[in-house]
Amino acid sequence: MRSFSLIDLVSLVEALRWTVALVVLALGFGVPLALGLAMGRISRFVGLRWTMAACIQIIQSVPLLGLLFFFYFGMPMFLGIQVPAIIAVTVAYTLYTAAFLGEIWRGGLEAVKQAQWEAGSCLGLSAWQQFRHIIAPQALRLSLPPTVGFLVQLIKGTSLASIIGFVELARAGQVVSAATFQPLLTYALVAAIYFALCLPLTLWSRSLEARLDGSR
Amino acid sequence: MALVEIRDVHKTFGKVEVLKGVSLDVEEGEIVTIIGRSGSGKSTLLRCINALESVDSGEIRVEGERVHAKMPDLKKFRQRVGIVFQAFNLFPHLKVERNITLAPLLTGRTEKAKARALAEDVLTRVGLADKIDAWPEQLSGGQQQRVAIARCLAMAPHLMLFDEVTSALDPELVGEVLKVMEAMAKQGMTMILVTHEMGFARNVADRIVFMHQGRVWEQGPPAKLFANPETPELASFIASAK
Repeated sequence: MRSFSLIDLVSLVEALRWTVALVVLALGFGVPLALGLAMGRISRFVGLRWTMAACIQIIQSVPLLGLLFFFYFGMPMFLGIQVPAIIAVTVAYTLYTAAFLGEIWRGGLEAVKQAQWEAGSCLGLSAWQQFRHIIAPQALRLSLPPTVGFLVQLIKGTSLASIIGFVELARAGQVVSAATFQPLLTYALVAAIYFALCLPLTLWSRSLEARLDGSR
Repeated sequence: MALVEIRDVHKTFGKVEVLKGVSLDVEEGEIVTIIGRSGSGKSTLLRCINALESVDSGEIRVEGERVHAKMPDLKKFRQRVGIVFQAFNLFPHLKVERNITLAPLLTGRTEKAKARALAEDVLTRVGLADKIDAWPEQLSGGQQQRVAIARCLAMAPHLMLFDEVTSALDPELVGEVLKVMEAMAKQGMTMILVTHEMGFARNVADRIVFMHQGRVWEQGPPAKLFANPETPELASFIASAK
């Protein structure tokens, strides 16, 4: 047994890099997918709408832990495909992000009045121009609070990756706590780091909401 | 050849036949006002003219070109035919200037350096030059509707459609919008209006079209139609509209 020292703090901060990396990976792959899902959900084509809805429904009804288990333990067992932990967690968090953000953004897109599409098309704009310049900016503002809310969920959700042995912030906390026998101090520190990560996001979202809402 | 030719147009929504064989010609520079009770099909007819609704049978031609929702150059066509709605439908996230210049810029009608001048020009025509930097929701209903008209004018349309554009306005704001429309009429714009403003119909229109039960029931110059309606339906409509 040793006492809590600078080394332990360094190892926590080092593990934080993986927490951030996971979030960045999840957003990097998940955001484009989410955009596709959201656009598919409001598409004219019934088949596409249903397929997208089914994808979202399935992913949303599986617990995040289940997704992680499936891609890390399940795939080798059932399909004989062994993937490194980093790939497994990236895929799991990407799907999780895509499904939830996709559904949030669909709601935002649908909340913009149909007449706005019509006004755009009556001015001779293409469907993409209507989406890009008229619908999407309004939907973005409407979706901002739940989007940031999800982001905070995602940051905290990365702690589940520790279950499959991925050493991110929460897992590093376990290790440090076991080595120093100072769980209270260690976990308080871990909690503080999560808090420091999430608080600026919430504040940033508020200022962004005010800025995007130029009319008020 | 008339600017707008409508031939025996039928349109059904579900089981309701809204248009039961409408034929109508509108000449270039003409101001045609469509009146009638709600449900008579007048708004539907207007929406068919710029392909917001497709017709079931019959045909509509604008400048000789057959209009339908799948026409290959629908976007180009929509730039030539402006429509103003009852609910204004300004883009709430854009300032007045950008509301007006968005479509001209995206469709290549104007370039960035000239866009503001274009906005100033059309705003002057609707008497709102000083509102160029305002947000839509800072404007009154009448002002918003005039911006919507300016937004159409910026596309230099050959034909303008007005779908009950004063119906959502407070009574004291109706006049300013009608005045703008009257000025456009004097400048020779071809206009088709659906309206409940009988005064405007009487004073500005070249021709009144009375629609009843999905048909053109009676039409003619306002003075004749209002003084001597030939059908009892029009007579009772005029009486009730007073």
